[in-house]
Amino acid sequence: MPDSTFLDSTELVLNMGPQHPSTHGVLRVILKLDGEKVRGTDCIIGYLHRGVEKIAENRTWAQFNPYVDRMDYVAAVSNGLGYCLAVEKLLNVEAPPRAQAVRVILTELNRIASHLLWLGTHALDIGAITPVFYCLREREEALKIFENYCGARLTTHAFRIGGLQYEIYEGFEREVKTFCDMFLPKVDEYEELLTNNRIWVNRLKGVGVLNGEECKEYGVTGPMLRAAGVKWDLRKAQPYSGYEKYDFEIPTRQNGDTYDRYIVRMQEMRQAVRIMRQAVEGIPEGPIMGKVGKVIKPPVGEAYVSIEAPKGELGYYVVSDGGLQPYRVRVRPPSFVNLQALDKMVRGGLVADVVAVIGTLDIVLGEVDR
Amino acid sequence: MADEQKPEGPPAPPPKPGPAAGQPAKPAPPKPAAAPKPPAVMAATPWESELARDVKDQFGDAVTATSTYVGQSFIVTRPDAAVPVLDYLKLEAGFDYLVDITAVDWPKRAARFDLVYVVYSFPRNERVRIKTAIPESYQPATAVGVHLTANWLEREVFDMFGIVFAGHPDLRRILMPEDWQGYPLRKDYSIIQQDERWVRENLSIESGQ
Repeated sequence: MPDSTFLDSTELVLNMGPQHPSTHGVLRVILKLDGEKVRGTDCIIGYLHRGVEKIAENRTWAQFNPYVDRMDYVAAVSNGLGYCLAVEKLLNVEAPPRAQAVRVILTELNRIASHLLWLGTHALDIGAITPVFYCLREREEALKIFENYCGARLTTHAFRIGGLQYEIYEGFEREVKTFCDMFLPKVDEYEELLTNNRIWVNRLKGVGVLNGEECKEYGVTGPMLRAAGVKWDLRKAQPYSGYEKYDFEIPTRQNGDTYDRYIVRMQEMRQAVRIMRQAVEGIPEGPIMGKVGKVIKPPVGEAYVSIEAPKGELGYYVVSDGGLQPYRVRVRPPSFVNLQALDKMVRGGLVADVVAVIGTLDIVLGEVDR
Repeated sequence: MADEQKPEGPPAPPPKPGPAAGQPAKPAPPKPAAAPKPPAVMAATPWESELARDVKDQFGDAVTATSTYVGQSFIVTRPDAAVPVLDYLKLEAGFDYLVDITAVDWPKRAARFDLVYVVYSFPRNERVRIKTAIPESYQPATAVGVHLTANWLEREVFDMFGIVFAGHPDLRRILMPEDWQGYPLRKDYSIIQQDERWVRENLSIESGQ
């Protein structure tokens, strides 16, 4: 007998990704396994690194605006809103009320589109094939409204620094209302398929638990934080773009597991409809562009502005040296920070649950790597 | 009174070329007035609050300024005091969420990098930045002991700027390939620059451009 064979070793190192269907892009995770138990992980990221922050320093303030859409490309409208708000802070201007209302409608519509893609792919990872077709069907309706508004479906570049470029089109309000009426029963439909489904519940309950304290320690925000019982949403805590005018709830749950995050995101879609309904009812009349010159040249200074993106706190730290180009644009990406908690969530669990946990993180690799 | 105000009035409507004596000289002054318009420094104002006073009392000279700009507060510290201030804010003032760590490169300054920490307090609903200027050779202490989330954030700062955090448990590149040479977000790193050796060896092409 040789002293040691591979059968003697208790640990197996398994590579997952970067080309793996359930890593939602090009994420590579190295797993250290003991049988089916996960003993440790290491995330290798950067496959989609395009140097967005470097590009920013070589474009003018306005030219950089479309680039931010390419980070979290399933929630491009949110990215654009965060960047516009940050530069508006530096310029000390505010978008007019009409622009703010349209921004809120489109951002909430994008939250629904983002959550729908998450729900479909997450369910697909767990083994439920059906929901993804339903989710993409409804997401299509949301994308059509984007297309009608600005011509693009995914990387929309919907907003401009200071307000909007395009006035809303004929029938915009009607289409948004139709979407709202159509969508709520569809959420019931998804819930009917999943919420009490025994396989779904068994696969998700108690998996990838992260309690409130751990979330804060790891900087985890968004639905993951709220599923752990922390009632915190930037739209309420530090309202922007007129969110203080709308009446909505922050859904929370207590257990901080994968199932609770699912429930929270489902509730958030209902709340998004609620906000959109209020916003579309009373879009104020008036201009859609604030007092911003043709040449955007913020005074010397810096600002950090963050918004509640579908994934969590999306922040922009912008530094101006008084020139035409940003001196520095730092993006605080929720996906990147949330992904760091993966190791904590899967360690000690089963290898099959790694897929469920990656799904529940709702990461977009374009934003992780930038 | 009306006569006294007149000399100030004419510069506003200057199109009439010198109907009165001394007028031709008037159009010139606005130009020098426009030139020094961009201020060289950020127009921040002192930040007066209980928290700012507490931090100053606690750290004395190590905190060089507490300021506010566009309604956002920040604390400027000496390099060695940044992490103790983070620790103090977390334990004493409830700033238990480290939002972000980043850096800004100012190559012409002696202290080349600004290291910026953004912290948020859930109970206060308040966000504060901590800024410190460090020379290129300086190795700031890691904040991982205070906030676990600092781990990846500091790795990214190291990856992009080459700032080495002393005591970091796992300081590897995170976004760029591990054996890449150079730090892309430094100002002296051109946007089309690349590690040619790496590109040749790993991608089997002469240039990625």
